[in-house]
Amino acid sequence: MAEAKFDEMDHYKQAELMKFDFRPPPTGWMDTPTDFRPGSWIYPGKAKHLEYLDLPNPREWAVTDEDWQLPKNWKEIVLEGMRERLSRYRTFKIFMDICVRCGACADKCHFFIGGGDPKNMPVMRAELLRSIYRKDFTALGKVFGKLAGGRELTVDVIKEWFYYFFQCTECRRCSVFCPYGIDTAEITIIGRELLGLLGLYVNWVIEPVANCFRTGNHLGIQPHGLKDTLEFFAEDIEDSTGIKVDIPLNKKGAEVLFVTPSGDFLADPGTYTCMGYMALFHEIGLDYTWSTYASEGGNFGLFTSHETIKRLNAKIYAEAKRLGVKWILGGECGHMWRVLNQYMDTMNGPPDFLEVPKSPLTGTVFDNARSTKMVHIMEFTADLIRHGKLKLDPSRNDHIKVTFHDSCNPARAMGILEEPRYVLKNVCNNFYEMPPNTIREQTFCCGGGAGLGTDENMEMRLRGGLPRGNAVRYVQDKFGVNELACMCAIDRATLTTVCDYWAPPVRVTGIHELVSNALQMKGAKDREVNFRLEEIEHWKQKAAPAGRKEGSSDV
Amino acid sequence: MRVVIPLIAVIILFMLAYFGVEAAGLQTLFGVVFPYIALVIFIVGLIYKIVRWAMVPVPFRIPTTCGQQKSFPWIKPSKLDNPSGTLGVIGRMALEVLCFRSLFRNTRTEIQKDGPKVAYASNKWLWLGGMAFHWSMLIVSIRHLRFFTEPVPGVIIGLQDLDGFFQVGVPVFYATSIIFLLAVGWLFLRRVVSPQLRYISLANDYFPLFLILGIGTTGFLMRHLMKTDIVAIKNLTLGLLSFNPAAPAEASGMFYAHLFLVCVLFAYFPFGKLTHLAGVFLSPTRNLSNNSRVVRHINPWNYPVKVHTYAEYEEEFGEKMKKAGIPLDKE
Ligand code: SF4
Ligand code: SF4
Repeated sequence: MAEAKFDEMDHYKQAELMKFDFRPPPTGWMDTPTDFRPGSWIYPGKAKHLEYLDLPNPREWAVTDEDWQLPKNWKEIVLEGMRERLSRYRTFKIFMDICVRCGACADKCHFFIGGGDPKNMPVMRAELLRSIYRKDFTALGKVFGKLAGGRELTVDVIKEWFYYFFQCTECRRCSVFCPYGIDTAEITIIGRELLGLLGLYVNWVIEPVANCFRTGNHLGIQPHGLKDTLEFFAEDIEDSTGIKVDIPLNKKGAEVLFVTPSGDFLADPGTYTCMGYMALFHEIGLDYTWSTYASEGGNFGLFTSHETIKRLNAKIYAEAKRLGVKWILGGECGHMWRVLNQYMDTMNGPPDFLEVPKSPLTGTVFDNARSTKMVHIMEFTADLIRHGKLKLDPSRNDHIKVTFHDSCNPARAMGILEEPRYVLKNVCNNFYEMPPNTIREQTFCCGGGAGLGTDENMEMRLRGGLPRGNAVRYVQDKFGVNELACMCAIDRATLTTVCDYWAPPVRVTGIHELVSNALQMKGAKDREVNFRLEEIEHWKQKAAPAGRKEGSSDV
Repeated sequence: MRVVIPLIAVIILFMLAYFGVEAAGLQTLFGVVFPYIALVIFIVGLIYKIVRWAMVPVPFRIPTTCGQQKSFPWIKPSKLDNPSGTLGVIGRMALEVLCFRSLFRNTRTEIQKDGPKVAYASNKWLWLGGMAFHWSMLIVSIRHLRFFTEPVPGVIIGLQDLDGFFQVGVPVFYATSIIFLLAVGWLFLRRVVSPQLRYISLANDYFPLFLILGIGTTGFLMRHLMKTDIVAIKNLTLGLLSFNPAAPAEASGMFYAHLFLVCVLFAYFPFGKLTHLAGVFLSPTRNLSNNSRVVRHINPWNYPVKVHTYAEYEEEFGEKMKKAGIPLDKE
């Protein structure tokens, strides 16, 4: 077997990876150079994507280059950029001023826990930027310089920012523990904006952004391709259930526009969750439509700059207006919901052409989405179940012992904690929680959010995935858990690696995949295979002797 | 260096005042001029700081939610940790400011290399130390109002009696004085003992600690070990308050050193991290309710951005869409 490379999981032996402790190095942090070892950083954004998006300083460069080809007046640009943001974001200004370096946030970051690099303590990550702030924007720093914790802005500082702001997944876990709510994610977002002013982007983020701008989704799937994809899904659903589901696409006058992260169009196991939505909507007869133009719920703009969030997000309301729908339904995704909950309406609203969302099946008015007019699928489905609108047989999932991973953003930028659990408990008989320090608002990141989930960043992903992977391992050992459910497209991709590494052979699933397993569809044949087209032993046993007639299951 | 320089600075400050009074007779400078200057810097500086913060807009509603959102009547929302309205925010802020709610959550993470196993243990020491420090400082400060009032209001006397409840020593030891000194000492120790904390700590973290430690120690010495002319001090404070000050020669050098360190603390306050006292109230991740889907939050500088319109999209992909049978706007 060929030797595994640095961008492959097998390259990293657990014992090797765990050779660290939480002790900082003897040199002070200002004098410790950044170690750009392969596996711990991400390839730069390609010039063509920057050009397509009208972003500054497009060029080809490599992280390992000595010269990053910054604009001549780079320093001015950064300081001016900081000045502007200090006058625009109270968060930034306050967070720069009031940190007392109490260290409460220090061991809360998954990258610090899994790697021990002191600059991955959230407080340190912020200090990387704060030290410049002190030097150039505060009286004490101007007078006392280094003694007051200030330092000179140099190219090495910029490189260090690039390294560590792309080692933060903007998960906000640190913010939960900080006595002032200092949110390092916010500092990372702004740090990345500053880097962006110099043309420093990572390709794993900026290529999806460019794709999304052009084709409507991160993956760059063109309209006819999306149609093909959904048709494939429909075929698999038919193979599994015998039911042919519709694929409404860009349908004017539909009641609901459905938007979900495009990761679910391409990457397993997200695809099965996507099929789950399609089956569910068919089953309840929802008058909905997909859009090829707004075919992305996720928003890698969040990992780029506030302006980019807005540029990408604008499509959702615009498309809802063009199609004349009444309200919008959003799929299972993490950072997508941060944007939809905390940015969308402010940036691109008000959507006064829409109506307050109301479930056509239960009559429930989603008052908590009165202004944005956008409902989370987990709220929608939980409400369906609550009103008995779905015929569910949770024993269909008896081959699964499932635990639930709260994705960072739904947990800490929204608080949608009970809805997914309610749905899970209604579609599965065996649901086990991971330890309390690792779920709900204290949940751990998958290690690959915020645009870090690429293979060349494998070492950091495995390190960052340690706390989550270890918690999965715990319930695996204790309860025999064999599946990890999550409601996030990035998770579905990255946690697969995390589980393969830290808790094999636990598999990853979306919640609506589990819903679709339990869903007793009208007119379905006796299902022997799930949407993965795997034969499920106990489904076969049930199917054989009962010999039910088609359509009998919904009475 | 980051520890030693602030320590030396505080010692020098102490000596300046002590010998300035004892040897050079600069009572007026240390007793009248500096207190007024410090107070002005404190008030003007802090107000300036707060106004500057308040002038910066809050473009987005980004509370860090730490509990269940308000959605359906049949799901219990977490009113305090994920507030949906003003009342909840007030509750959340009160818990944060008065009880250090977030610090109370603190855990310690440990890794056992075999396995490996990541373990989390509750760790309330920082919370305890922080609470002890801030609350005792508040009570000590209130107690000091006895030097600024004549007659001393009953509340202050009551508080004082409560504080000296154990009736130990002559004059009695106040519980808060002891707690205060222990807490500051502990906050200092953890900074130098814990390798991570030592790593992140700056001179600006040690300086206020030493200053406060100096203030506490000089105060303690004056009350319990040295003879201090209370009447003279009270004349000074009341004189300062009525803008008719005279610095008494009877008060000791120790008193002037105590007073001077307090002045330095006041003057330093608006410039560094101590402004967290005010900043905590303005932190947008804590003081906003999570209702951005219910009420539209307005960004005062929201500006138009370049987007890719549907028309442009159809322009590029229209042919392909037509072939695939996807409806078009044109035609
Ligand atoms: S918990 Fe908050 S105040 Fe304490 S070090 Fe971290 S960011 Fe600073
Ligand atoms: S936001 Fe998450 S990844 Fe970033 S510093 Fe905080 S805990 Fe670490």
